[in-house]
Amino acid sequence: MLNIKKIRADFPILAREVNGKPLVYFDNGATSQKPQQVIDVIDKYYTFQNSNIHRGIHTLSQEATDAYEKARITVQNFINAKHEHEVIFTSGTTGSINLVASSFAKKHLNKGDEIIISTMEHHSNIVPWQMVCEDYGAILKVVPINDKGEFLFEEFEKLLSDKTKLVAVTHVSNTLGTINPVKEIIKKAKAIGAFTLIDGAQAVPHKKVDVQELDCDFYVFSGHKMLGPTGVGILYGKEAILNSLPPYQGGGDMIKTVTFEKTTYNELPHKFEAGTPNIVGGIALAAAIDYMNNIGIHNIEAYEHELLTYATEKIKQIEGLRIIGEAKQKASVLSFVVDGTHPSDIGMIIDKLGVAIRTGHHCTEPLMNRLNVPGTARASFAFYNTTEEIDIFIEGLKRAIKMLV
Amino acid sequence: MTIKEIQEEIVDEFALFDEWMDKYEHIIELGKDLPIIEEKYKTEDNLIKGCQSRVWLHAELNDGKIIFTADSDAIITKGIIALMIRVFSNHTPKEIAESDLFFIDQIGLKEHLSPTRSNGLLSMVKQIKIYSIAFQAKA
Repeated sequence: MLNIKKIRADFPILAREVNGKPLVYFDNGATSQKPQQVIDVIDKYYTFQNSNIHRGIHTLSQEATDAYEKARITVQNFINAKHEHEVIFTSGTTGSINLVASSFAKKHLNKGDEIIISTMEHHSNIVPWQMVCEDYGAILKVVPINDKGEFLFEEFEKLLSDKTKLVAVTHVSNTLGTINPVKEIIKKAKAIGAFTLIDGAQAVPHKKVDVQELDCDFYVFSGHKMLGPTGVGILYGKEAILNSLPPYQGGGDMIKTVTFEKTTYNELPHKFEAGTPNIVGGIALAAAIDYMNNIGIHNIEAYEHELLTYATEKIKQIEGLRIIGEAKQKASVLSFVVDGTHPSDIGMIIDKLGVAIRTGHHCTEPLMNRLNVPGTARASFAFYNTTEEIDIFIEGLKRAIKMLV
Repeated sequence: MTIKEIQEEIVDEFALFDEWMDKYEHIIELGKDLPIIEEKYKTEDNLIKGCQSRVWLHAELNDGKIIFTADSDAIITKGIIALMIRVFSNHTPKEIAESDLFFIDQIGLKEHLSPTRSNGLLSMVKQIKIYSIAFQAKA
């Protein structure tokens, strides 16, 4: 059992008021709030430790380097990567996917090759692939979903062929909450020799992820959606595959030697980490992971599931409201539309009541087209949310609907 | 009335409402009441697309004055558009180009013109100015 009161006290922002009402923050899918423990690490770093890493001979640089490399190991353990150098620090999920798309395409993509994604991908897992497909004459194939928002596995199997070079699928849909059967997807892709990338941005904050068990080639996620700061993210890749790929960006830290005639590249992970990284971001991400580990990721998962079940039951009683995304396996995301109203109108009104939800297309425009809605209103819960907050949200929702319809 | 005077009139109107809820209810009514664009003008060309809602804006010159018509799929946005049309429509390109938009801020709905809303309203204001400059150049 979680001690929610104690947990909430760790998140100073949860005590503030918005428009004269206590904040109810249900936009965790966009970004999570940060506990004091993470904020303190950021503060401490800039106050006492700030220094550039990897190249300095002095004490501060040594300390910062140690903290940064220790953070890498924290991430490694968190996702159970085999080696610490399989953990590449990036700017975020989008940065990670662009890195893979660029380096992978250079090495592996030829005219007529195919990349498979799904209908429920976030723009970050669509556009980079569209860009490389255009550059290399490859083709993007899209796995359809059913009306509940579930990945159609049989249709996916039909799309697989000897032309398939890579399968890139989200672990959890940011818009629908659908948890995809990524282990089975990876297995099928592997069987025909395709590479796999899993977008775990919406998965790692909510459930245990084990990259060795999944056996994916790449796994990507962001720090800010899991209690960490913005501007830092992770690319996990299998050692042999990362070694085989060309570097993404050139610059400092990613080189072994440079002459004007020829440059040789550094080893993993530095080969993919050009320039001064987001040092404090990496260190604070490790603090966020420590925080989550202390609570226990399985406890988080179980509690958030309770919140989702509670909210779903309550919201279903509202007339004219339709839940968008009713997959059997769901993370704590509740997307909906209400007959005769626009999601943004609902969002604006309940904002005045202190409730923060997301409205719009959630950067999944093709998915909105597939579901034939202009957008949805989305409440996404974190483990620091409560059923009392859900009650406030439901009351606000009813009031908004009354005003609008 | 000048663009400035109409805006002042609207500010006075909204001063009657103390609560945000009454303001919103008034805006929602304005949005509901006003069929503001002909279907044939709801084209891709006239569409201003934002993350939150869609806004259509049409402009034509009539007797030296620009007539704006518009619509949105979101009702609060539509209500604000109704006010915007009351302010800007039926004025000369020169008057529009030289005008300041202040009433949205003063009636306490400034957040609706914030880029973070990305709701097409800000783009609509830009588009109104662009039309006025374009029509001015033609005249």
